[in-house]
Amino acid sequence: MTHVAASTQNTSQALLEIRGLHKQYGQLEVLKGVDLTMQRGNVVTLIGSSGSGKTTLLRCVNMLEEFQGGRILLEGESIGYHEVNGKRVRHSENVIARHRAMTGMAFQQFNLFPHLTALQNVTLGLLKVKKLHKDEAVVLAEKWLERVGLLARRDHFPGQLSGGQQQRVAIARAIAMKPSLMLFDEVTSALDPELVGEVLSVIKGLAEDGMTMLLVTHEMRFAFEVSDTIVFMNQGRIEEQGPPKDLFERPQSPRLAEFLKSTRF
Amino acid sequence: MNYQLNFAAVWRDFDTLLAGLGLGLELALVSIAIGCVIGLLMAFALLSKHRALRVSASVYVTVIRNTPILVLILLIYFALPGLGIRLDKIPSFIITLSLYAGAYLTEVFRGGLLSIPKGLREAGLAIGLGEWQIKAYITVPVMLRNVLPALSNNFISLFKDTSLAAAIAVPELTYYARKINVESYRVIETWLVTTALYVAACYLIALLLRYLEQRLAIRR
Repeated sequence: MTHVAASTQNTSQALLEIRGLHKQYGQLEVLKGVDLTMQRGNVVTLIGSSGSGKTTLLRCVNMLEEFQGGRILLEGESIGYHEVNGKRVRHSENVIARHRAMTGMAFQQFNLFPHLTALQNVTLGLLKVKKLHKDEAVVLAEKWLERVGLLARRDHFPGQLSGGQQQRVAIARAIAMKPSLMLFDEVTSALDPELVGEVLSVIKGLAEDGMTMLLVTHEMRFAFEVSDTIVFMNQGRIEEQGPPKDLFERPQSPRLAEFLKSTRF
Repeated sequence: MNYQLNFAAVWRDFDTLLAGLGLGLELALVSIAIGCVIGLLMAFALLSKHRALRVSASVYVTVIRNTPILVLILLIYFALPGLGIRLDKIPSFIITLSLYAGAYLTEVFRGGLLSIPKGLREAGLAIGLGEWQIKAYITVPVMLRNVLPALSNNFISLFKDTSLAAAIAVPELTYYARKINVESYRVIETWLVTTALYVAACYLIALLLRYLEQRLAIRR
């Protein structure tokens, strides 16, 4: 088994630096010392079988999950916790909220606010978190809705949109906040096959624009095309990572080879 | 049966019946508004991580829901002065109905809050909203829309409960109806008209709430 625990990239200017991340639910340890480094503009995709810790890792980065050990630095700021007299102390809710706004997240189930229109879904964070003036927020929201091809649906409620359209609004909602890092958590898993393409093409467009992205996906072809680095996770650890071509064509770890064999790539 | 219906006495005092109906509606409106605030706070308390809050809210709901409203009205109006708290009959009734409404609405709101997918909170957190902002802009608006049909039933029921204010001589519709009845002896006419007024008022409230339900419903 080849175990590549840490990126060998220069970490001095890393956008995201994860060191020794441990996460457990009661007795169950789901992340067992994960190290990962991302540079600005990188697209990193986490792959692996269900339960390997991909989604949990993603959710730790924006503190939707608490973690018990290790540290996450985003733009040099320690996410979730800091040290006081050698003790690990959770940041205040205000600091955590500010850190969360540094990342954007698109969820598997879209999670659009059902009582708000597509436009209002995008403007809510701009108004209440970024404190933009309403006109400014609307202009920005329209720009991003146009970018995801849904400006014409700006006044539709989520229930009036298809799954693919809802996911695109959710992406616009996250991107409009100008996050340093976008997190995508299996954003196509809940979609009918014919709707997957429209969402993936939006993500591909963002990658081409240089957006830094950390993705979890089961779409191997897409991961291959869009990623700078593929990270294979197995049982709470990073088993192998590297450029897509290397990983997909010359997997070092038998588990990765087995995993790739079981996918449709 | 030789009874001859004669509504003259009722029509003569019809304006007092309307005034009583108006007061009943006002009492219901104010009490429901206060009850909604109590219910919302108690629902959050019931779902809180803090045991003390959960227990306090649970005791409040259990005590109020298991006490007949007439007993509550009499307790607050007649017993509190014994403890040095003297309230006028209208404020006393408003407090009673608000507490009563709050207990029932707590359960409605609690159910509504539990039905909200946790992904909505997470989506709010992910864009940097704080917990109170999530409650104010996401959780409560979605929950209220979901529970509107149940709220309508409660509102109508609470409006009808204003008739019990007559027990402490609050001059609402039932109070005036009893007065007309006693003074005119036109029992059937008085209570027929009173019933018709209650039915009409409840029907109008139901129509208004149904309109609101349709207006505010989450579009699908």
